[in-house]
Amino acid sequence: MTGRDAGRLSLILLMTPFALWIGLLILLPQIGIGYVSLREKVGFNQYEYGFANYAAFFGEPIYRNTLLRTAWISILVTILALIIGFPVAYYIAKVARQRSRAALFLMCLIPLWVSDLVRAYGWIVLLRETGVISTTLVSLGVIAQPVEMLYNDITVVMGLVYTVILFMIVPLVSTLQGMDDALLEAGYNLGGSRFTVFRRIVVPYAMPGIVSGCIITFMLAAGSYLTPILLGGKNSSWFTEQIYNQFITRYNWEAGATFGVLLLGFTSFVVWAGLRLTGQSLATTVAKE
Amino acid sequence: MRTPAHLLWIYRAYVLIFFLYLVAPLVAAGAFAFNDSLFPALPWQGFTLDWFFSPNEPKLGLFHDDRLLRGLGNSVFIGVIVAVLSVIAGTCNAFLFVRKDFPFKSVLYILMVVPLVIPGVILGISILVFASMIANFADRELGLLLTWLRPGIPLVLLGQFSFLTTITSLVIAARLQKFDVSIEEAAFNLGASGLRVLMTITLPFLAPAMFSAFVVAFLVSFENFNTTLMLVGSDAPLTVTMYDRMVKVGSTPVLNAVSVVLMLGSGILALISVLAQRERTSP
Repeated sequence: MTGRDAGRLSLILLMTPFALWIGLLILLPQIGIGYVSLREKVGFNQYEYGFANYAAFFGEPIYRNTLLRTAWISILVTILALIIGFPVAYYIAKVARQRSRAALFLMCLIPLWVSDLVRAYGWIVLLRETGVISTTLVSLGVIAQPVEMLYNDITVVMGLVYTVILFMIVPLVSTLQGMDDALLEAGYNLGGSRFTVFRRIVVPYAMPGIVSGCIITFMLAAGSYLTPILLGGKNSSWFTEQIYNQFITRYNWEAGATFGVLLLGFTSFVVWAGLRLTGQSLATTVAKE
Repeated sequence: MRTPAHLLWIYRAYVLIFFLYLVAPLVAAGAFAFNDSLFPALPWQGFTLDWFFSPNEPKLGLFHDDRLLRGLGNSVFIGVIVAVLSVIAGTCNAFLFVRKDFPFKSVLYILMVVPLVIPGVILGISILVFASMIANFADRELGLLLTWLRPGIPLVLLGQFSFLTTITSLVIAARLQKFDVSIEEAAFNLGASGLRVLMTITLPFLAPAMFSAFVVAFLVSFENFNTTLMLVGSDAPLTVTMYDRMVKVGSTPVLNAVSVVLMLGSGILALISVLAQRERTSP
């Protein structure tokens, strides 16, 4: 056996698991839901094919609005996560002393290791009518009656920001850590104000981190299930909840698959548009960690 | 330009408030597991371990609650298997993308990363649909009953494997990239066979990354909810069992006890993986 044949053989051997994984678990299943979304049940084991499910989706305001609502809240969550997370990331990367830097970064990662379910449950214990915050405020005399802080949009947004913000901070910290402080000095020496230096030096430098943080954050928010349902209650009208309902509760796989394709198409579009606008690519942003 | 002291203090206060926001729900979820009350709420009734160890109702402890224990068992079972599988596949992918050249490499690399950005719910339903299509086909055309393609542990394994492999591949590939190929060449020159070089030089070099990939995969599998929910059968893992309890029974402190166990478990594992990484950066 020559070296070339051995090389080819090992390439085939290494390619096989990759091809099976991507083909059988990613590509074909995605094609599968695309296929199911195009069919319509007309009788027992009888199907017609066409865009009827999509027409039904766009004809029904409730479904349409749920998708729009999910999209808006996810975008809002992404923006808030960036605004809230950037100062923290900058602090960890640039302001904190060398020793506390690693500790702060690890502290940031702690909630990452805790299940979504536990975090949402923690918020429920804190925020519900008989919860910690309400009870404390009553006993301090700040409010007269216990208040229900769950089941509204502000809580959902706050909970979602909580769930996703780490994925914003981690890429930001790693990009900002690479920035040479001399760049900032130069900016100030040239007479730049704090704001100018931030806008013209820090933000452009951090752009790859900002983009990858925003992509991951947006996808996680749009695809999240537990936080909107547990914190938003039964009327949270979240899109993944609709998918679950169609699939598991109503057993209407055709409609569920249609919703799935729409969610995937929509989120991919937003990510693609974001990459386009900022001139980044998926391989350089998401895979970099 | 130095930052004025009062601005720096405001900045520090902001970061402090942020960290309080990060830990608040975790503390709340954890603390009430030790409150001697039937509800996870104030006032504080005194310290107790009943929610972990009490053998009888109404304060049935976690370690006497058969359904939660079964969920814990299922989670560990699923986590270990899927972590082993995804580390094996991830190692193959790392060698494929770091060592080999082939047509469309960059496109395939993007395909490898894509599972991370597909929402978990969609991964779940797509695998559910595809598996059912195969099972229905086998049933109809071949008369085979492929029950493992119906919701249950095998499908949960496949669903979690589909995105965990991306994580393990990235972790292991990052390590492989740092490998100095001249060491392998030296071994070859000394007459070692390919398999021998792989077993005695390359794989030991990769071992720390494979280990942390295993820990991360296990943790993510253990915590996963979205993908798992779509594929779960009668043998639910702990997160789904806990969710079920939360929706059907409402919150009781035993769920806080579950939270404590989940946090302790993942905390210890995360620590182990950090320590493993520490060792590899300072040899």
